[in-house]
Amino acid sequence: MKDFSREEIDYVLDTAEKLEPVARGEKRSRLLDGKIVSLLFFEPSTRTRLSFEVAARRLGGQVLNLGSVEASSVMKGENLADTIRVISKYSDLIVLRHPLDGSARMAAEFTSVPLINGGDGSINHPTQTFLDLYTIRRESHLEGLKIAMAGDLKYGRTVHSLCHALSLYGAEMTFVSPPELRMPSEIVRVLRKQNIRVKETESLEEIIGDIDVLYMTRVQKERFPDPVEYEKVKNKLKVTGDLLKAAAPGLKVLHPLPRVNEISPDVDETPHACYFEQAFYGVPIRMALLALTIGVIE
Amino acid sequence: MKEKRDLKIQAIENGTVIDHITSGQALNVLRILGISSAFRATISFVMNASGARGRKDVVKIEGKELSVEEVNKIALISPKATINIIRDFQVVQKNNVVLPSYVEGVVRCKNSKCISNSSEPIESKFSVLQSEEGVSLHCLYCEHVISEDIAENLL
Repeated sequence: MKDFSREEIDYVLDTAEKLEPVARGEKRSRLLDGKIVSLLFFEPSTRTRLSFEVAARRLGGQVLNLGSVEASSVMKGENLADTIRVISKYSDLIVLRHPLDGSARMAAEFTSVPLINGGDGSINHPTQTFLDLYTIRRESHLEGLKIAMAGDLKYGRTVHSLCHALSLYGAEMTFVSPPELRMPSEIVRVLRKQNIRVKETESLEEIIGDIDVLYMTRVQKERFPDPVEYEKVKNKLKVTGDLLKAAAPGLKVLHPLPRVNEISPDVDETPHACYFEQAFYGVPIRMALLALTIGVIE
Repeated sequence: MKEKRDLKIQAIENGTVIDHITSGQALNVLRILGISSAFRATISFVMNASGARGRKDVVKIEGKELSVEEVNKIALISPKATINIIRDFQVVQKNNVVLPSYVEGVVRCKNSKCISNSSEPIESKFSVLQSEEGVSLHCLYCEHVISEDIAENLL
């Protein structure tokens, strides 16, 4: 994500907005007519894979699915470099999802067609960041944004990447987490160096009345050696209808999904709930990225 | 007694002398340069020799002139080393090593989940940055940063 300037990000978001009626099925498009998009997913990711597939099909493209890793040549010991070399001969664009860090950068060295990183390892998932930014722009605003990110801020790659992207827009950021899952100090240091206003707290109640967007993430049980500690944290960082009574009317709650219990079901029907629409926005964003990368929109 | 001393720091007729290597790093210098038993030159080295600026290691490669670019990689572990090209027992060229901005296939990424540590047909790639805190290597695949123990992670 760090490779993109603010102008480039804005251009992707503008393109997604133009394509949104196509994503909703209100308009038809043949932008990817005759193009084959290969989805190479080496680990399960239902939402990302489906939204790429829908995006390609909505634009009139064909989709080639690698299928399960167990049934493919990967199980016969083929390395990723060879897989990429071969699949790039069969398609006009590759979307790669892979469990190892840096795999998309390596794949880019071996492909003969454009390649989109659909999430590699535990660090990068740029299309998620694009869709988060798009959701914020569509449902709230990017300029002068006050955002709180809550949950697992230590290991959560979506929040790390989002912090960097939002710093380009000068957003004011509050990080809400238990001490053991705090935002890495290096990220906080870099943000402050860029004159970004950063606040850290452990309490959602303390900040809920003073933000435009609340970005929730899942706290994973396996991060805690002591299950009692996990239970304590899990119940502390929970968005409920009661909590939202103190929120500004325009507050939007985002979540990359899947959620476990960090957002209670009574929030779903409030005007604050934005996470299902956020999942939909993955379609126009991925349409824009497919069309721009393949070169049918310049 | 004099004979023993001559043996230890004997001059070479032609070749390359890498001097002022950080004490204890001579073997790592050979590793970085890819110099092994298959290398077709006689190599001698001295560890912990007394120099004007404290203890140092020295490596001598007979009959082969290494290029400055080739040797610059050792600046990762020995930033004060010098490269001396010797012809007919005379130093004809002397350079300080310069930290390269990029190294490939020299250091292993410390992130065990980095693609460069898998069985893919690639070399590790790092951009090299120098700051007040010292030298740091930034993996061009996974973005992991190595800022200490560089010598321990040589390939």
